[in-house]
Amino acid sequence: MAEKSEKKKRPSRQPMSEQAPEVRRRNFEEVPLGYTPEQAQLEAERCLQCKNPNCVAGCPVSVDIPGFIGLIKEGDFTGSIRNLWSKNSLPAVCGRVCPQEAQCEGVCIVGKKGEPVAIGNLERFAADYERAHGTGELPPKAEPTGKKVAVVGSGPSGLTVAGDLIVKGHDVTVMEAFHKPGGVLVYGIPEFRLPKEIVAQEVNFLERLGVKVENNVVVGRTVDLDELFEEGYDAVYVGVGAGLPRFMNLPGENLIGILSANEYLTRANLMKAYRFPEVDTPIPMGKDVVVLGAGNVAMDSARTAMRLGADRVRVVYRRSREEMPARAAEIHHAEEEGIELFLLTTPTEFVGNDQGRLTGMKCIEMELGEPDESGRRRPVAVAGSEFHMECDLVIVAVGSGANPLLTSDTPDMKLNSWGYIITDPETGKTTKKGVWAGGDIVTGAATVILAMGAGRNAADSIHKYLTLGW
Amino acid sequence: MFKIVKRQEMSDGNVILNEIEAPRIAKKAKPGQFVIMKANEEGERIPLTMADTDPEKGTITVIYMVVGKSTALFKSLKESDGYQDIIGPLGKPTHLEKLGTVVCVGGGTGIAVLHPITRGLKEVGNRVISILGARSKDLLILEDHMRAVSDELHITTDDGSYGRKGFVTDALKDVLEKEDVKLVVAIGPVPMMKFVSKLTEQYNAPTMVSLNPIMVDGTGMCGGCRVTVGGETRFACVDGPEFDGHKVDYDELMKRLQAYCEDEKRCHEDYCRMQGI
Repeated sequence: MAEKSEKKKRPSRQPMSEQAPEVRRRNFEEVPLGYTPEQAQLEAERCLQCKNPNCVAGCPVSVDIPGFIGLIKEGDFTGSIRNLWSKNSLPAVCGRVCPQEAQCEGVCIVGKKGEPVAIGNLERFAADYERAHGTGELPPKAEPTGKKVAVVGSGPSGLTVAGDLIVKGHDVTVMEAFHKPGGVLVYGIPEFRLPKEIVAQEVNFLERLGVKVENNVVVGRTVDLDELFEEGYDAVYVGVGAGLPRFMNLPGENLIGILSANEYLTRANLMKAYRFPEVDTPIPMGKDVVVLGAGNVAMDSARTAMRLGADRVRVVYRRSREEMPARAAEIHHAEEEGIELFLLTTPTEFVGNDQGRLTGMKCIEMELGEPDESGRRRPVAVAGSEFHMECDLVIVAVGSGANPLLTSDTPDMKLNSWGYIITDPETGKTTKKGVWAGGDIVTGAATVILAMGAGRNAADSIHKYLTLGW
Repeated sequence: MFKIVKRQEMSDGNVILNEIEAPRIAKKAKPGQFVIMKANEEGERIPLTMADTDPEKGTITVIYMVVGKSTALFKSLKESDGYQDIIGPLGKPTHLEKLGTVVCVGGGTGIAVLHPITRGLKEVGNRVISILGARSKDLLILEDHMRAVSDELHITTDDGSYGRKGFVTDALKDVLEKEDVKLVVAIGPVPMMKFVSKLTEQYNAPTMVSLNPIMVDGTGMCGGCRVTVGGETRFACVDGPEFDGHKVDYDELMKRLQAYCEDEKRCHEDYCRMQGI
């Protein structure tokens, strides 16, 4: 009996304090505020230190989760970050944006009878503590191999490849089309979910390790893949992301006031247009905003619109809440901030005034029918349910496709029928010799951590190639 | 930093030429392609079609008119100053082919973009007739450059201060009446391209225009530059910037170019006040 009641007393999961919804809905500062060292140690104590941990198997880059958590518990925060770095070069990012509930935390034993260990929060703590208090000492690096690797794209998969190969002694150059490195971490994910300073510091960490970062290089235009080999690179990794916005293909879609989520978020995040006119890039300030789509990008867009001063923000989605692809936590945060979900509805036409500016959309109600090939119930229009919805800004967040800029320039690299690069699933090798690919340009739009996992596998394969051959 | 090696004020001083060190772009760029330029950390990304490149010297040349805050900021940069970021070459190059007689029509700073294309068309063996338009004589740019690459050159000014009084379409109509024109290239303000295209349609003369809509990344990622061409949405940055002039929805393009006009006005006025301009 005594033993049983002791078990019941296992401390509950440490909550992470957050900015209050009514405050944060109008600012761009980060929403969750992080753990204190005391909170982190209390949370770390909840870990059972399993011998055969499910959580590690659930992590696409196999972070030694019990290991780094054990070190936090002992108060060895430096040891903890070193442990993390050995498997993950972007812990401050992953601690914030990984879908832990579907990976490590989703399979945590503690979570079977209560709430799982807050693995993501602890990863974030270790990285943030190092940034604030760390010695800045770098992990060890192998002797130079004399081999040169070009990494095309500086998003999560590219940065992972760069981090893995630089410590193995290769000479690594990352090429980024934008004027700032980070890819989707910089242009896509908003400041309030992932402060850009953190991305800059993660990139800086790689630069201190010796990675060269060249901005403003559009591979496929400024230089093509074959020219990289002529310039002396021994291997190339292509991690350019998906990066082709999908639109609804409805009448009136080119009215002023209809933007892709890519454009809206790039203006806000990369160009910092929320500070206009302090910075020179403007962004439409909608008062009555509609976001089409219900994934994480849609949530990011809706929450950005609210922060830019909208009176009303509605997420319009053709299926029901159950089918929304966004993380539950993101939906929860959005609703707390006053964003309305307008479900089982789809637009059929955009309506504007004589200046070509959007004034509203014609909509129709939907109901769920039989499951489709995705296993989700197919939305079907309800006859006679047409109605008009007023709005002055529509953000289209219905996914993205493969951007052909680089791939169309490289005929000997095979693509599938959707335009994504065909690779060996184990190694990331493409059909073009010396070229690997990974992340969204292979899988279609997915998560940061899956892109990093692909980068990890490709880096292992590139290393083998550079030391042993193709 | 991308250093300005030559700066020149043209026209009434509101049109600026910058020759800029950008060796990678200079080596790769072809007529018709554009770059995106950003002056400093807070700057906006501005697309500009290149007026010239010098692969040996490693420089590119752009010519732009000051219309808002960003171009005013560009104008404030002196020789040996530089741009923080230049990205390119972007867009598809002009398809240059020997066709016979071609007409190159340019208006305003569009003449700067037209010049390398005209030169390219001349070099592959076409007979080139050029028509340049400006509001008045002192606003006309690159007359000598265009004369050097044209077999025939006509000039029109709105006020009659130089060449023929009237619009480029007046001169173009005469040429179309007389000649068997295989291609018309028209680059300039959107209304000019619209009226040129309307005219050439009557003569079944294939027409190519170069568009410069609002864009952010220039690599097909944002879709801000979408234009309707032949009833379909195209991205000017990757599918263009050149399109079949007879198929472009110019009215939509003109409206879309006004998307940020209020913001731009406010931003430019603030800047001018601060700079004492």
